[in-house]
Amino acid sequence: MFSLRGIEHRYGASTVLDVAAWDAAPGEHWLLAGASGSGKSTLLHILAGLTTPTAGTVIVGGTDLATLTGSARDHWRGRTVGLVPQRLHLVGALDVRDNLRLAQYLAGEPDGPERIQGLLESVGIGDLGHRYPRELSQGQAQRAAVARAVVNRPALLLADEPTANLDDAHAAAALELLRAQALGAGATLVVASHDARVRSLLPHVRALPVLVEAAA
Amino acid sequence: MNLARLAFAYARRRPLATLLNVLLLAVGVATIALVILLARELETRLAREAAGIDLVVGAKGSPLQLILAGIYHADVPPGNVPLAAIEDLRRNPLVREVIPLALGDSFRGWRIVGTEPAFVAHYGAVPIAGALWAAPMEAVLGSEVARASGLAVGSTFTGSHGLAEGGGEHGQTPYRVVGVLAPTGFVVDRLVLTGIESVWEVHEAHHGDAADVHAEEARARRGPETAVPATAAAPTKAASPSKPPPHNGSREQAPREPAARGRVAPDAAGHDDDRDHDRNGREVTLALVGYATPLAAVALPRAINAQTALQAASPAYETARLLTVFGVGADVIRGFALLLIGASALGLFVALTQALDERRYDLAIMRALGATRSKVVGVLLLESVFLAAFGLAGGLVAAHLLAASIGSWLPAAAPLATGARVWRAEEWGVVALALAAGILATLVPAWRAYRLDVAATLADG
Repeated sequence: MFSLRGIEHRYGASTVLDVAAWDAAPGEHWLLAGASGSGKSTLLHILAGLTTPTAGTVIVGGTDLATLTGSARDHWRGRTVGLVPQRLHLVGALDVRDNLRLAQYLAGEPDGPERIQGLLESVGIGDLGHRYPRELSQGQAQRAAVARAVVNRPALLLADEPTANLDDAHAAAALELLRAQALGAGATLVVASHDARVRSLLPHVRALPVLVEAAA
Repeated sequence: MNLARLAFAYARRRPLATLLNVLLLAVGVATIALVILLARELETRLAREAAGIDLVVGAKGSPLQLILAGIYHADVPPGNVPLAAIEDLRRNPLVREVIPLALGDSFRGWRIVGTEPAFVAHYGAVPIAGALWAAPMEAVLGSEVARASGLAVGSTFTGSHGLAEGGGEHGQTPYRVVGVLAPTGFVVDRLVLTGIESVWEVHEAHHGDAADVHAEEARARRGPETAVPATAAAPTKAASPSKPPPHNGSREQAPREPAARGRVAPDAAGHDDDRDHDRNGREVTLALVGYATPLAAVALPRAINAQTALQAASPAYETARLLTVFGVGADVIRGFALLLIGASALGLFVALTQALDERRYDLAIMRALGATRSKVVGVLLLESVFLAAFGLAGGLVAAHLLAASIGSWLPAAAPLATGARVWRAEEWGVVALALAAGILATLVPAWRAYRLDVAATLADG
């Protein structure tokens, strides 16, 4: 599904990321493991086309991201990638349903109320669509963020530290939710996590070493 | 979901700050728009009332005063002039039309104007009830006077001396209403019209009854006192209903009259049944003059002003002068309103900049969800323009409502209320100004949003 070759990323003089090669097949579920500062988030952002690596080739879904610039890359990301950031970042001014509508709108997908309601039900918050993010619990907010990430049926679903600050039961549930939704969307899943509990829950693991202490 | 909805959602999220900025802008817009509406309406009205009147001829004094008294009926006239001098003017080939006016009395604050039917025709007024006056002491009411006073055809009333309420009553010589005019939108709506003879007659009677009081009042009011001949015998001579209307009469009589005899000659007592002769000593207050040819504008005012007794004032020139004075005040208000709009733009700028700090995560996630840079900038711009549009609309509506109801908070300006119904071209300038303020306030936040480092913001959050 994606193929990375010779990826290197530097902040100033220090190299924070060095991935010689990484290939994932469509529908595979991966754990991107590594301690803090290993560049997990950076690699997720490179996969999402949010960060351009200092060197190397990124091919996602057959598209070489180097050929996409400016708004073309934004459009591509909207249609191809679903991202669950660590802090979730639901838009506070909008209720849950509108957060999903916003994702549809920004990706250029037509509004589909059934898709949104069905999705909210499938993540277990079917009755919370009109709630605002501040009215949700952490777990509910995470479900909403996952629903938002998959609303456009992305080919690549990325999650950054989804189990941080969760107890064992909730961590397992969060992972299960991501796996189920990735499965439902037919997406390749990459979960970036330093959480040892996640390791046993995902079949493929890519570990990143820490190259620079206290990297940016 | 679209950008407008998103912008609205953000605006709704900070109701107080939003409301304050919208309000500030609305106040600025309303102030500017109100000044525009009133100033333009004033200008239009001044020009409209004066249309077709090229010159006002009256006694020496302030030309502006002559215009205000003769056309707008808003000031006391400078004095009186001999009727004969006005009759001379009629014979001038440069002149198309001369309408003499005799002022000096009023009825409950509405001016009683002794004139000729040509005055009514000049404003395109027609009787909606009854007919024009045909004999002395017959009066025709302007529509507004009839409406407010409740008088109708057949009613009688007495005028009081002076142009404001509270003057001595001319109780001995009541007027009889013979007609009511249809509304015209001109000053004639607020006048009581009668023949010049009526005004003379009232004052002759008045002189006979209370000459001392009259003279005192006249001095006190600097006032226009129309009738000169002081004689108790006068009422009988002019009351004949068989006399032709003053308009025709004067036209016919003019050629037969000898040269003007000046303003003194109160010898009417010896000529009780010789009306033609009597007119020679008469005075009127002023005359409205229409040119026969554009050339008259060059020659006529100079010729008239060279005469000792008369002064000619041009409405176009005097109203332009008046508006220049008014314009200074309007400019001050306009400057103040610009300050308000500037302040609201600044408030908007601060609010948006603050909001951007809180909202950069939202903008980052929007970018992550596929929003282009321009879309993110668009949201900010739209929100700001949105607020500006709200303030703008509110301000414009307020300005028009205030203008429409100006009569209730500024009675003297009541006639300007009609300006509320007109959309002035300058209001487009206000629209542009408010929207520009909204866009300007967004420029810096928008630039920061455009440059936002999405990955760093998401990682940082």
